[in-house]
Amino acid sequence: MSEFFIRNIWLVILLPAIGTVVLHFFGRRIGQPIAGWIASTMIGLSFFVGLIAAVPLFQGTAEAHVAHVFNWIPALGATAELLWDPLSALMVLVVAGVGTLIHIYAIGYMHGDERFTRFFVYMNLFATSMLTLVLANNFAVLFVGWELVGLCSYLLISFWYVRPSAAAAGKKAFIVNRIGDFGFLIGLMIIFSTFGTLSYTTVLDDPGKLLGAGTATAVGLLLLVGATGKSAQLPLYVWLPDAMEGPTPVSALIHAATMVTAGVFMIARTSSIYALSDTASIVVATIGALTAFYAATIAMAQTDIKRVLAYSTISQLGYMFLGVGSAAYVAGVFHLMTHAFFKALLFLGAGAVIHGMSDEQDILKMGGLWSKMKTTGVTMAVATLAISGIPPFAGFWSKDEILSSAFARGGWWVVLWAIGLVTAGLTAFYMTRWFVLTFLGEPRWDDGIHPHEAPKVMTVPLMVLAALATVGGLINTPFKAGLEHFLEPSFKHLTSAPAGATVWLLAAVSVAVALVGIGVAWRLYSRTDRAEETWTWSIPALWRRMGHAYYMDDVYGTLLVAPGKLVAAWSAFVFDKKVIDGIVNGTGTIVRRIGAALRPLQSGFVRSYALTIAAGAVGFVIWFLATGGL
Amino acid sequence: MTELVLFFLFGALAIVGALAVVFAKNPVRSAMGLILTMLSLAVFYVVQSAYFVAAVQVIVYAGAVMTLFLFVIMLIGVDRSEDLKERIPWQRPLRYVLGLVVLGVVVAVIVGNDWSWVTGISNLTETPVGSAEAIGEGLFTKWVLPFEATSLLLIVAAVGAIALAYFPAKRKERE
Amino acid sequence: MTVTAGWYMTLAAVLFSIGALGILMRRNAVVMFMCIELMLNAVNLTFIAAGQELRDLTGQLAVFFVLVVAAAEVVVGLAIIVAVFRNRKTASVDEFNELKG
Repeated sequence: MSEFFIRNIWLVILLPAIGTVVLHFFGRRIGQPIAGWIASTMIGLSFFVGLIAAVPLFQGTAEAHVAHVFNWIPALGATAELLWDPLSALMVLVVAGVGTLIHIYAIGYMHGDERFTRFFVYMNLFATSMLTLVLANNFAVLFVGWELVGLCSYLLISFWYVRPSAAAAGKKAFIVNRIGDFGFLIGLMIIFSTFGTLSYTTVLDDPGKLLGAGTATAVGLLLLVGATGKSAQLPLYVWLPDAMEGPTPVSALIHAATMVTAGVFMIARTSSIYALSDTASIVVATIGALTAFYAATIAMAQTDIKRVLAYSTISQLGYMFLGVGSAAYVAGVFHLMTHAFFKALLFLGAGAVIHGMSDEQDILKMGGLWSKMKTTGVTMAVATLAISGIPPFAGFWSKDEILSSAFARGGWWVVLWAIGLVTAGLTAFYMTRWFVLTFLGEPRWDDGIHPHEAPKVMTVPLMVLAALATVGGLINTPFKAGLEHFLEPSFKHLTSAPAGATVWLLAAVSVAVALVGIGVAWRLYSRTDRAEETWTWSIPALWRRMGHAYYMDDVYGTLLVAPGKLVAAWSAFVFDKKVIDGIVNGTGTIVRRIGAALRPLQSGFVRSYALTIAAGAVGFVIWFLATGGL
Repeated sequence: MTELVLFFLFGALAIVGALAVVFAKNPVRSAMGLILTMLSLAVFYVVQSAYFVAAVQVIVYAGAVMTLFLFVIMLIGVDRSEDLKERIPWQRPLRYVLGLVVLGVVVAVIVGNDWSWVTGISNLTETPVGSAEAIGEGLFTKWVLPFEATSLLLIVAAVGAIALAYFPAKRKERE
Repeated sequence: MTVTAGWYMTLAAVLFSIGALGILMRRNAVVMFMCIELMLNAVNLTFIAAGQELRDLTGQLAVFFVLVVAAAEVVVGLAIIVAVFRNRKTASVDEFNELKG
């Protein structure tokens, strides 16, 4: 059976696609909530197929398999081919698995929404696109998936499009992504011109043969630009906080667990190219570390329950970039997986809170929800501990593997390790603040709100994810590097995870830092009984700036958006009106003038015509005589 | 010898008739000139052993067609002279020039005397006699298709002419 | 000197150019028609002469057909002239210039 599914791995993509089409055409008739169950089933089946197809890979007995679906653009080396190897298998399981849980949750969350079925059309379409992206065997199919997930992100962020802020957020996401895609495309073009094809088998097998160090750096940096856009790193992260306008399941699925990890996945996939260029790898890791720190500081000052998580996502993605940048690909992918678990959990929990609080999203107006929403509270506590890096929860193992790999490389990498360490403390701080302000302390909510627990269809996925966040980390510990062995065939230039006493020492240090962060936040916030920030680092100005994300949006607006609008206005009113219309109308005028000039030839006098005919005939004869031909 | 005399005599007559066609003020005189030319040409046909064609030329062309012309001239009115005012003055010199050029060109072709491009010749050794038998034989074997086509053409022309004449102009009805 | 085919053809050329001149010169529609007939006759003479030269009966057969077609053409053309004349009461072609642009 595994053989069958491996050969027909495209089923994984087809199943949610069927869901999309069926719900698109028949959604209205199927109605809620059956449409939601159909969508969840399709993606659940994808997970199932992936699981069975992955069994030989688990046993370590299978080779990477390329499934050929159809010929597409042979000239580019772009055929519709899917690659089934440990890395893509892991991604499929994470995407489809977490995705199924989120789909089920969304049945409850989106209950009563007017466009319920349309929501699931988009969700299944997203699943199709993301699975295409991770299963691709050449850059062209990857890019197709890449663009499609961007489209779905736009559709789902601006789902409640009647709200202007939602529509604007959707546009912002798409446009910023496009900027990243520009770099990505140029990188692909360089790849194509060097290798003559876009297929992974040719390009990634041994790129060193054709790719010099300089070109490899260029390609690496250009692909990084694309990854920065998709995975919200500096400087193209600005769309992610605004993307919280979308429904919470969207935030959980796309902007936490799956789409934003596409950039990390892409860098991991092209690891053999990054191995050729130290410069590019250092840039990747540095951007990751800096973004992690930067986003963590902003998260500390946010008061919207989802925005804290949004900046947290950006920060954790920074960790993943740090991981793949230091050639610790397994660590980076491992953190991708654990982050999917606890971040999706956090978002879904936030959604449960929002749902129970009648759409209130300001954490300063919450508090004391522990007694009212037990299940949510417990799962959120688990998630907070996981993301803070407390053992034995999942986040500890993955984050620490990244940090120790960075440390082990020495030199500049130690600086990055230090940044990552500090950020870990900040992470623990702001997550604890988030949890405490929401669930503990005295109730601070407005009158008329009656917090209640979410229905089973929402809390069961929470519990499943909490379980995963607890034990998920154990698949790759210094005791037994299970994931590393599993992923080994996918990465040819693997630096094996460091082991030994240093690792434990570093681990102890990071746990200590995390505990400090938790402790500080606990002291500061657990006694808050007023709906305002009671402690602002004694520097109100700095705190305000952090709260407004350092006003980066305004900076971009003045630097980039305003000139763009000027160019657009010039093009429309000057260039289009005067030049283009001038040419078109001018052509018409010229034709008319020529016609007027030629009109007198038709005088109406037969004899003039006869003269012309005779002259023409004579001309012909003379010509024939002159050229001697007939 | 005989042929030479005939050539010069009837050639001159033919040219006189042609000039009459072009330069006579009275259309009837033009028609007469044309008949003279046609008869001269009939003589030339006989000289060249095209007996049947000569006969047809006299009977049909000079006899029937020219009679038709005369009928029409009679109908249209012979005493009406042309409107002498010249409307396109710049054409006058051009005409004469063109006439001369046409003549020059054709003569050049003849003087060149190159017959090699003609196709479909049967290459007999002696000049064929254009008797009724010979013409008939060619007409109904090798050239039967054009024969049938032209007979169709004649019917169509006759019907067309009748149609044109039968339906009077609308203006006449209103009068 | 003998009369060769070339002589006849020269004569025909002269007749042809006289006819061409006539078309360009005259304004009476019927006379223009007669000039066309003149040109056709000149062509007939050419055909016969060529038939003589090339020793083929095709020349005379061609004349036959030209004759027939010319007759048909005269019939229709004169019918048109008569019809037009009924409307306009003039046979001068310069008057019929409605088709100018």
